[in-house]
Order: sequence, then C-alpha cells, then structure tokens
Amino acid sequence: MADSLLALDDLAVHFTVGGTFAGGLKTLKAVEGITLDVKPGECLGLVGESGCGKSTLALAIMGLIAPTRGRIALDGRNLNQRARLETARTVQMVFQDPYASLNPRQTVRRTLADPLRLQGLRDKAEVDGRVMDMLAKVGLRPEHADRYPHEFSGGQRQRIGIARALILRPKLVICDEPVSALDVSIRAQIINLLLELKDEMGLAYIMISHDLGVVEHVSDRVAVMYLGRIVEQGGWQEIFENPRHPYTRALIAAIPDPFHRAPAATVRAKAKGEIASALNPPPGCPFHPRCPIKAERCVSELPALEAVAPGHRAACHFRDRPQ
Amino acid sequence: MSQSTPASATADIAVKRRFRLKGGLSLWIGGALVGLALVVAIAAPLIALTDPVMSANLMNAELPPSLEFPFGTDAQGRDIYSRIVYGSRISLTVGVVSQIVNSLIGVSLGLSAGYWGGLWDDLVSGLTNLMLAIPSLIFALAIMAILGPGLVSLVIALGLTNWSYSCRLARAQVLSLKSQGYVQAARILGYGDLRIMFTQLLPNMLGPLIVIATLGMGSAILAEAALSFLGLGIRPPFPSWGSMLSEARDQITTVPWLSVFPGLAIFFTVLGLNLLGDGLRDIFDPQATTRRT
Amino acid sequence: MTVPLLKIEELRIALAGDGVAHNAVEDVSFEIGRGEAFGLVGESGCGKSITALAVMGLLRRPLSLANGRIVLDGRDIQGSSPAEWRRLRGSRIAMIFQEPMTALNPLSPVGKQIAEMFVLHKGASWSEAMDRAEEALRQVRVPSPERRIRDYPHQLSGGMRQRVMIAIALACGPDLLIADEPTTALDVTVQSEIIDLMAELCAAKGTAILMISHDLGLVSNMCRRVAVMYAGRIVESQPAEAIFATPRHPYTQGLVDSLPRLGERARHGRQRLREISGVVPSIASYPAGCRFNPRCSAATEICRRTVPGLTMLPEGGLVRCHHHG
Repeated sequence: MADSLLALDDLAVHFTVGGTFAGGLKTLKAVEGITLDVKPGECLGLVGESGCGKSTLALAIMGLIAPTRGRIALDGRNLNQRARLETARTVQMVFQDPYASLNPRQTVRRTLADPLRLQGLRDKAEVDGRVMDMLAKVGLRPEHADRYPHEFSGGQRQRIGIARALILRPKLVICDEPVSALDVSIRAQIINLLLELKDEMGLAYIMISHDLGVVEHVSDRVAVMYLGRIVEQGGWQEIFENPRHPYTRALIAAIPDPFHRAPAATVRAKAKGEIASALNPPPGCPFHPRCPIKAERCVSELPALEAVAPGHRAACHFRDRPQ
Repeated sequence: MSQSTPASATADIAVKRRFRLKGGLSLWIGGALVGLALVVAIAAPLIALTDPVMSANLMNAELPPSLEFPFGTDAQGRDIYSRIVYGSRISLTVGVVSQIVNSLIGVSLGLSAGYWGGLWDDLVSGLTNLMLAIPSLIFALAIMAILGPGLVSLVIALGLTNWSYSCRLARAQVLSLKSQGYVQAARILGYGDLRIMFTQLLPNMLGPLIVIATLGMGSAILAEAALSFLGLGIRPPFPSWGSMLSEARDQITTVPWLSVFPGLAIFFTVLGLNLLGDGLRDIFDPQATTRRT
Repeated sequence: MTVPLLKIEELRIALAGDGVAHNAVEDVSFEIGRGEAFGLVGESGCGKSITALAVMGLLRRPLSLANGRIVLDGRDIQGSSPAEWRRLRGSRIAMIFQEPMTALNPLSPVGKQIAEMFVLHKGASWSEAMDRAEEALRQVRVPSPERRIRDYPHQLSGGMRQRVMIAIALACGPDLLIADEPTTALDVTVQSEIIDLMAELCAAKGTAILMISHDLGLVSNMCRRVAVMYAGRIVESQPAEAIFATPRHPYTQGLVDSLPRLGERARHGRQRLREISGVVPSIASYPAGCRFNPRCSAATEICRRTVPGLTMLPEGGLVRCHHHG
C-alpha cells in the first residue's frame, strides 16, 4: 500500500528467555505475524490486555527493538534504512506514566528545545518560538517553561509529554495508554487535547489502550491483540457493534455498564479463566481455553485472520456465526 | 496508577520529615567533622604553631602534651599538633583525588556497561568481580612497589584499585533508569548514546554516586595510613597521619601521644566522612524521593 | 430501621506534618447494612483508602483518628485495644488490597496462609485447617486446589493471587469485607470475573462489602448504594442507579459526563468530552468553602466562603452542594 504512513508486513518480535540451567532456552513470541497499516491522519486503536504484545509492537515501530521477521515501512521506506533523526521527525510516542516519562533534572524548556537543536535548528529565537508555540498548543503557560517536572500535576506532566512528542511535528504518534495513569477527572482533558491536536496538526495516532470507551471514542479503525497476534481488526463501528471474535466480545462484556446491570447476554460472552503466558501459548487458537464457543477444531488448528466483511477481519473459525 | 495508598497521600510530608530528622543528625555531625578537617587543611600555615619539618630540636624530643606543645613532641622534637595540622593536607588530598580517579573510572565503565550491555557488559562485570576478589590493599601495595613511594604514586595506586564499587553502583542505576520513559523518549527523539548517558542518565544517578564517593574517601584515608604505616606511602620527614603512626609504632606504650593523636585525627575524619555519606544517603534514598505507586 | 452492621459517624482523620495538622478525611458518615454492598468512590488522595484503614483500626503515624465513631454491630470499636483489633480483623472485618503480591507472604505456601486463618481465629488443628483451606480455594474457583495449595504466591498469576486473597479474607466468614481497588491491577476480562466471584461469595455468606475504587462504573455495577468522595469529604451519596442517572453534585456530574462511554459514539456521533477543569487539590492546599469550588462551573460567592452541609434529597440520598438540584 503506497499511501500508507506506516505499513507492517508479517512483523514478528521474538525474545529468547531463560538460561541453560533453568530448563533450557525458550522463545517468547511477543509479537507474531502482524500485518497492519496506518494512513495519514487516521487513528488506529490497539486493544489488548497484559502480555498481548502491544507495547512490544510500539517499541518495534519506534525502532527501539529489532524485529525478528517482517518489515516495518514508514512513509514508504523501510525503518532500518532511515536515519534515527529522520525517523524522529516522522514518528513519536506519548507514554503512560507521566511521572517516569519526564527527566526530573531537566526544565520543560530544555526537554522541548534539545530535540529541535539536535535536528540542527541553531537559531535561538526560532527554537524559543517553537517551544512557546508548543506549550500554548498543549494548554500550558509560558512561565511553565522554566519549571521542573516535579512542580506539575499528573495531567500537566502528560501535557508536557505530549508537547515533547509533537515538538518535531511528526506525522504519526503512538499513544501508549495516555490516560490510564491519570486521575479520572483529568482524563477527559487529555483525550480532548489529543483529538484537537490531531485535527490541528493532521496527525495519525496509534492509540494503545485497554479502555474500550476511550478507544471507541477516538479511533477510526481498531485492532484487537491477544497473545502476540491480531485476532480482529476493522472499522470502529464494526468492532463495537458487530464483533466477530469471542475475545472482542469478552472485552466488551467485561466493561461494567452502569445503566444495564449484567444482562444475561453479556454473562454468556464473558471469558473465563486467565490469560495464558505468551511463553507457553496454548496450541491451536490461543484463546480457546477461555472461549465460550470453543469447538474441537479450535484446540488443534490456528484460525487465520480472514475477512468477514470489507475491511473487517477476524481470526476465528466461527467468524461468520452471529453474536 | 496512583491509587491512594496512605503512603502516597503522606509521601510529601514523609519526605520532608526524613530530610530534617533522619538524614539530619549524622549529616550535620559528619559535615561538621569533615568541614573542620577541610578548614584545618586550608588554613594550616595560620593555625600550626611551628613548621612541621624544619622545627626539629632534639632538646624537645618526646615531650608529653603541654601548653607549649598541645599534643606533645616526637623523637626529633617536632610539635605533633603542627604535624597533624599539615598532615591533614596530605590525607585529604589522597582521599579526594583518589576518589575522583575512582569515580571517573568506575562511572564511565559502569555507565557504558549498563547502557550498552552485551559483550562489553560481560567484560566490565568480569573485571569488576576480579577487582572485588583481590584485596584492594594488596593490589595497591603491588602498584606502590612498582611506582615507588610518594604522594603521586599513592593517589594513582588508590585511584586504580577501588573503582569497582562505583562501577557496580553506576551499572545498577543505569539498568533501572534505562527503562524509564524519559530515557526511551530521548532515544525516540534521536539523541545519541553519549548524549543520553550524559544528559538523561548521569544527572539522575549522581546522588548515590556522591554518597559512595564520600564513603570511599574514608577508606582511602585509612588505606593511605596503612600504606604509610608499612613505609610505602608518604616518606619522612613530610608528615602524613599514616607515616606519623608508622614512626610511632615502636613507642606505642612508652610514648603514647606519638600514636594517639594522629590516630584520633584519622578516626574523626573517617568517622565524619562516613556520617556525611550516611546522611547524604538518607537524602538521596530513592524510597524517599521517588515514592509513588 | 434495624441496627446497621457498620456505622461511621463524623469521622475525621488527621495527617500530622510540619507543625500543621491537615485533615485527610473530614465529616465522613455512612452506614452499611448486613449483607449490603456499599461503594466508596473517589480519585487518588481523596481519603477513601484512609477511611477503610480507620475501619480496620490500621491508621498509623502520621495518620490518626481525630474524631468520630466507628460502630460495628452496635458496639463502638474505635477505642479498641490492639488485642481486640486483632480479634476483630480477620474474624469480623476482612480486607483485600489492590496488589495481592504485597499482601501475601512470599515465603509461605498459599494453602498455609489460608489455613492460618482457621487456626488463629477458629482454633482448628493444622491438618483440619489445611482441608478447609483446600475447600476455600475450591470455592474461589482456583483450578485443581489440591495442587495449588502447595504453591507459593509468585507461582500464581495476578488473578489467581487475588482469588487466594479473597479466600483468606472470607475464610472465617467475616461480617464485612473491605475491598480496596481489588481489581485495578488486573486485566479487564479477569477483573470482571473477580468482581462476579466476590459478589457471589459475599451474597452466599451474607457478608457485607465496602468496595473502594476510582471506577464509578465498576462500583455502581456491584453495589446497592454509592458514596462519592472528593478531597476528604463525601460529596454525594445515592443508590447506584441514581448516581449515574441523576447525579446531583457537580463533581459527580462531571465524572459521569467526562468519560467516553461504550456505544455513545454510535448513538450520537463523536462529541467533545465534557471536561472537569483544573486539577485535584493536594491535601496541603484544600480550598476554603466547598473544596470543589475552583473547578466548578456553578460556583458562586457562598461556595468560596462556606462549607456546604449534606442535604437530604427528596428521593433519598445526600448531597453536599449549595446549588444542588
């Protein structure tokens, strides 16, 4: 796909864990066979629980982890052919923990100005102008520039984190759980800010979150991951209105709905048991031990990610069975 | 997520209290002792009563402490008080300079090993373990034997043999800091490795490193004393606390003031450095400054 | 009305520091009936967990109980001796925490940790207690409990550990279970299972629940009544359905409106989320008057001056706002 901003082709990231003493080496397939693309200006929601590989996927896209197999193309060119500083201008990241993601010994100004200088911007007035401009964009005041991170609240820190990600005017921003570490009453501010900036700067997002409410609100398309693989992907409306993978249904059923107290239908959709370790994934469909509609075939045969409708694909043997 | 454990609700206040009380006492006593040693070393010509070397006068040999000679005199009739005052210059120089050398070696090795990992890390870790396995004083003895006695060789010998502590500490700090969001963010923003080490990692691990360097100064001063005691350190007639002890060893029972006063000088300086290091550790304690869950 | 199981009256908890004492919790009163599930909702630092610690008699320096009564089954317990507290905890009031790993002893098999409860509080012998521990594990639906009983906490997943915590907490059939963010550290699909399990077991044993969480949706799904705390005070208390349908305090209204809700976009299209402006105040800088006033769009002069009292709502429930309704 030539018009993709980001294209992943059969991407896999494996880690070797364990030593020779502890029962030999094992391969952890953190990310396995992921094919995905993000178009300019689009928001892709990436949903999954712990151990599903979404964070590893993000680090691979950022070039911080080398893929074991497959291809990552940014703006039509392979990630490993691009210079680090050039990639920095294309893709950036907003982190989950606003406390650990800012250097406690640097002022906000330095945090924002250093990346610009690194890109060769020498003119002091211009650097300053862009820093101030960015601060205003994320809703901080000019006098905040010379303060240190500990002087800010969690929400303000996350604004600084967003400013840092956007200072180089990237085209794609990976947001890794950007609000889940924030106080509940602050989250709406940050979500609104991210959406405003997206329109204003023409950004594409990969929104990693386990909060389906947030994902539905911001995403154009959604991909659901389970144990390193994508199990379902499609437009936000298809995923939320007509989910075809039982795991997606289980995720939706797990959201406490304050208006409808546990209707019988959602009880049936709930997953049982615990997420298996990615070190030791179950054979066949990785979801089968928890699946409410599992059949014999699921134990032995891995379902492929196939289309149920144009642009909507699910990796389930029973993808055509309605809810 | 900052779910309100009572700890997080009270962390602010707890930090302040720790700074004032727990770090306080040892910090202030240690700081005062070390400060006193520093003042003595700097103002030595002003507060010494006589010249430490040239004032030999056999008429005054081995006089007990008196108003004229507050700590008594040695076998050459030199004022022990004045010799201790001047000796502080050598002891503190050895302590400070050898620790700077130690820290430079240890931090650069530990920082790079922790950051890059891999073969370099294996090499550095192996070397560190080797250094820890050899008694450092024996190692320093060997170096001194090659270089010969003197202040410069003392500093080199002690500077080359005690870096393993700061190296291990630096490496451990890097390993825990490296996964912090701001270090990852710096990589994503295109910072080079050296820039990350110097702007993102080093400033955030200075606290514990300063603590261990302070504690190391105490052991360096003791090591200087030990080496001089063995006759390999500062050569007479120049006074160092260790060489004064060394000269006094035969008369420890008959002329006790020869050894008691240099011994007390070493004792209080090393005690001061250790207390200061402990006090600083309480301030820099990661539990106190980064608590948030 | 019959005597409630737990009655908290005008609780005030002081936080000592730097010469000034702050009130971490102020004027908190509520009741929990026998077998009732009651929810306490608020953001970090609002005092909800500290309130729970007070009920457990676990307040430690710099926190202390400055005022108020804690009445369990008609008996004041706030002045109990340490020995009396130990008897109360575990046998009558039990607690589970957000992170089970820190609450379990890492050096002891989980079966032994459950069995200990029977030995300590019921005077059972160890062999009898181990049998009952296995049964308790079966009740919390740990698969193959006869093997798991010998596992150490680190060998279990987060969800399994929380099940063990529930087994320990419910071992002696307490009257009240305090659950402080019991599922926050867990994945969403595991979370809903644990909540269901907790609700089911407590209903079967007639145990009342004090559920503490930042997640209004989760709490109102599980509890009959919900109280919302902000900056150390209860600002609103209503039946669970009403708190979402007709929140009366501007803070609760803000919380209910500010979060994107599943299905909302499909029905109404994407609309800008309603924000609550400003930041959560820290304990040292609580504003005068109504503590929500700097963030409240409806605040007037009186809100900045006078602390609002709790007003009884005509349909039941309480709200602490000068301009409610």
